[in-house]
Amino acid sequence: MHLDHAHTHNGPSAVSADAHRPDGSRRALRIGLGGPVGSGKTATVAALCRALREELSLAVVTNDIYTREDAEFLLREAVLPPERITAVETGACPHTAIRDDISANLEAVEDLEDEVGPLDLILVESGGDNLTATFSKGLVDAQIFVIDVAGGDDIPRKGGPGVTTADLLVVNKTDLAPYVGSDLARMAADAKAQRAELPVVFQSLRSEPGVRDVADWVRAQLTAWRA
Amino acid sequence: MSRAALLVLADGRFPAGGHAHSGGAEEAVKAGRITGAASLEEFCRGRLHTAGLVAASLAAAAAVGVDAVALDAAADARTASPALRVAARKLGRQLMRAARATWPSGELDELARRFPKGAHQPVVLGVAARAAGLGAVEAAYCAAYESVSGPASATVRLLSLDPFDATGVLARLAPTVDLVVDRAVEAGRRVVGGGVEELPAGAAPLLEIGAEVHAAWAVRLFAS
Repeated sequence: MHLDHAHTHNGPSAVSADAHRPDGSRRALRIGLGGPVGSGKTATVAALCRALREELSLAVVTNDIYTREDAEFLLREAVLPPERITAVETGACPHTAIRDDISANLEAVEDLEDEVGPLDLILVESGGDNLTATFSKGLVDAQIFVIDVAGGDDIPRKGGPGVTTADLLVVNKTDLAPYVGSDLARMAADAKAQRAELPVVFQSLRSEPGVRDVADWVRAQLTAWRA
Repeated sequence: MSRAALLVLADGRFPAGGHAHSGGAEEAVKAGRITGAASLEEFCRGRLHTAGLVAASLAAAAAVGVDAVALDAAADARTASPALRVAARKLGRQLMRAARATWPSGELDELARRFPKGAHQPVVLGVAARAAGLGAVEAAYCAAYESVSGPASATVRLLSLDPFDATGVLARLAPTVDLVVDRAVEAGRRVVGGGVEELPAGAAPLLEIGAEVHAAWAVRLFAS
């Protein structure tokens, strides 16, 4: 989306996913986190903030179904100062706000850059939704889809846009696998069949190394974005 | 004038943020004033003759080229509730973004420069209609129809109302939408010579009060 480039400098704000801000500087990398209700999106965002906040300038946008729940969790956990967390209201349709009509989210990320920037990274968390919810390329540069072992070990086999096309698939709560009878090897094989070379991370935030692999993936995305 | 451009602008899927707003329906449902198709129709009829008429007149005036800054101030003066002023500017900003990407225009760029955090949505709608090659009538139709289609689709989600019943409500209101648009276009054209005092100032006090109550809720589905 480069409509604005001919007359951006000091012009009005950009209209979509331009890589540069109106002042000509490069904007923050935007990474979306989507996935079903309760799979651990907010917990992953919180862990990423703790892992990365010392080395990067970070902010978070949440898209709650009932407004502000996830934002308030992040505030309670004090993973970032409150001015770095913004909640977007989604009118009962979280997938609409991240895919079909991204205008409120674009405003949220731009306002964060204006008010607490410069920023290196903005995490955009979707409200818990279904297996078809994916982020628009107009909103994020890369997306993580978070599922968990307790949601059923057949989810990778069933596929769907999130599981199949997300830049990173995270299978969360691996510590619960023995208790819910989920077969991690089968989940890994099914994910591989659906996603070919796209990466998959199995994680448990309850034990070491926690969010390390996902944080490393985010660092690699940032390096590529800056290149 | 391209009639198809009107369909693009009026499409409920035009990505300008409307899906997150209920036009007061969420508060009215909770307060028991909307309980089904019949009360939804009365709610929409009231909204159409008050907020809808004002919005359509503002859009018509902006579409014929009246100064957007003056119109925005007039919209502020006609919106008693601070929460509704905030919502109108948020939606105006979102519409501005969508319209600039859809119909690039110097007038829209200028509006974005003048109101980086958003002008009132009906004013932006009128300027967007101009950019799309549409006139006062089309701008007024978009505003008037939106004033009832938003609450109707929100009520489908809030009450699990039968979507056919909600669409029937909109169809029955269509002749009234036509009448409101006629009045709005006349008013919008009078503004060219007579100034913003020519704009109607209809208001629905209960909508304004409800918007303030709704904005204070800790838990809600819609932004307004």
